[in-house]
Amino acid sequence: MSREDWVFIAIIVIIAVIPLTGSRFYIFLFTDIMIFGLFAVSLNLLIGYTGLVSFGHAAYFGIGCYTCALLIKKASLPFGIAFAATGVFGAASALLIGFFCVRLTKIYFAMLTLAFSQIVWAIVFKWNALTGGDTGIYGIDFPKFIDSKIRYFYFTLAIVTVSLFILRKIVSSPFGRILATIRDNPERTEFIGINVKLFQLIAFIISGFFSAIAGGLFAVFNHSVFPDFAHWPVSAEVLIMTLLGGMYSFFGPMVGAGVLLYLRLESTSYTEYWPFILGTILCIILFFAPGGIVGFIQDRIARWGSSK
Amino acid sequence: MGIGFDASFVFIQLLNGLTNAMFIFLIASGLSIIFGVLRILNFAHGSLYMLGAYMTHQCVSFFINSPGRFWLAVLIAPLTVALLGGVIERTLLRRLYRHEELIQLLFTYALVLILSDFARFLWGVDQLSVSRPPILKGAVEIFGQYFPKYNIFIILLGPCIAFFFWLLMLRTRWGRMIRAAALDRETLGALGVNVDRLFTVVFIIGSWLAALGGALVAPVTTIRPGMDVEIIINAFIVVVIGGMGSFWGTFWGAMIVGPVYAMGILVFPRLSIIFIYVIMILILITRPWGLLGRPLER
Repeated sequence: MSREDWVFIAIIVIIAVIPLTGSRFYIFLFTDIMIFGLFAVSLNLLIGYTGLVSFGHAAYFGIGCYTCALLIKKASLPFGIAFAATGVFGAASALLIGFFCVRLTKIYFAMLTLAFSQIVWAIVFKWNALTGGDTGIYGIDFPKFIDSKIRYFYFTLAIVTVSLFILRKIVSSPFGRILATIRDNPERTEFIGINVKLFQLIAFIISGFFSAIAGGLFAVFNHSVFPDFAHWPVSAEVLIMTLLGGMYSFFGPMVGAGVLLYLRLESTSYTEYWPFILGTILCIILFFAPGGIVGFIQDRIARWGSSK
Repeated sequence: MGIGFDASFVFIQLLNGLTNAMFIFLIASGLSIIFGVLRILNFAHGSLYMLGAYMTHQCVSFFINSPGRFWLAVLIAPLTVALLGGVIERTLLRRLYRHEELIQLLFTYALVLILSDFARFLWGVDQLSVSRPPILKGAVEIFGQYFPKYNIFIILLGPCIAFFFWLLMLRTRWGRMIRAAALDRETLGALGVNVDRLFTVVFIIGSWLAALGGALVAPVTTIRPGMDVEIIINAFIVVVIGGMGSFWGTFWGAMIVGPVYAMGILVFPRLSIIFIYVIMILILITRPWGLLGRPLER
């Protein structure tokens, strides 16, 4: 096992004992962090590992939220089925949207993902009869077998751990290597006989799948869903988490989600100018540590090691 | 609402669409010119537009006793915002040019966050307004319907500004350099042009256009927090449809989006916004460089 695997296990163990503190604050915060961390890591499969900057990932998160909420509230399906369906719907919509997006590169790719995600948002926002429009959907209760905040915390921990495990297997597999090759040089990858668009599309679908899973987890955690969850500022926020933590490491986005959500929760009790604080932090990272927090720390450790 | 509208009502709605088109054009043209030369998608463009509107309110309040206070404000407010744009480009943005697009994109988003709080800090969360200049108060009757004089002024002013800018781009040295930089900035630098300074000038011009849009929209809207992020996606849509970096493309992009949205509201109130995104998607799929743009090298 690599050092990163040990860090992974250590983090899971540390998070797993958090509910023992009995602090409702930390149970809430870490459930939130795990959900958005999964969202950010699955976005980073596209950005950091495949070199595709999606500016429309709120769509898959939102689709996950609404799939879960609608199937539970409107179709009265059991939680298990509704939750499983979030991944399926996320992957299916990512297939449909990604099919067109991977044909484009760079800024055009970002713009097309943005346009599609805005359509998802507009549908959710305007289709009052189905989605409740602006008022959203309320009263999504915890399912019977995880009927408490602590139980839902462990449910989230289990789902996120399994998801991250699968994502890690994916990025270190031969498939993941090909994605990295595509990121570094798409033209040359094409020359060695690899269907670049197909690999990009598969990465897009996997990313959409796990983003929707995160959305489904969040819908139940939050007990309600709103059109805002599919709106473009969410895409920007998850991008910020990814960059803040570090897009060149697997767990970086998770760290970014943790730092951002913790600071937001703490700062709102002191000041109403959270956007200003976030903007300033983002600037500092962009100017002085483009590799994010994890990149910065790794850099320091490497320097410390070499100076010894 | 049913099917049978009367024609004059439809016509007025078309004029409303055209008025909006002119505002979007002013903002989007600044976005487009910055993208064309600097290759940066500026999320903060909506923030500059919002600051333009707030500064206009500030100037109008400051010159409360002078008769031409609105026009003074339209003159001064965009200049202050353009100055701010220049300072941002010189001190911050400049240092990110060698980084990836994502880093630049997120920096402009950081500016959105910072500037929105800056405006909230200075002007609060209340809705502010600016009254129309006396000469443009009231409405004119068109086919039995009333249409504000101010909107007519905007519909006429928009093409004038477009034409004037086009002349500047065509005839002046700076205009030629901007067009050349949009095509190939490396070669332009090799020819001895100070590309650094050109970037600053372009960012200032772009900021000025955004703030001018904000200044002119001030009398017909409420100035409030959130108007920055509301406009920016519309500006993106227009720029994408017309072609990123294409000046006339932006104009026609706005001329499509404004009226389509206005007419769409009449026919399918709920779907109108979706129409616009569908147009954007169709353009990106079939012709990513837009109606009048040209394919990017690389």
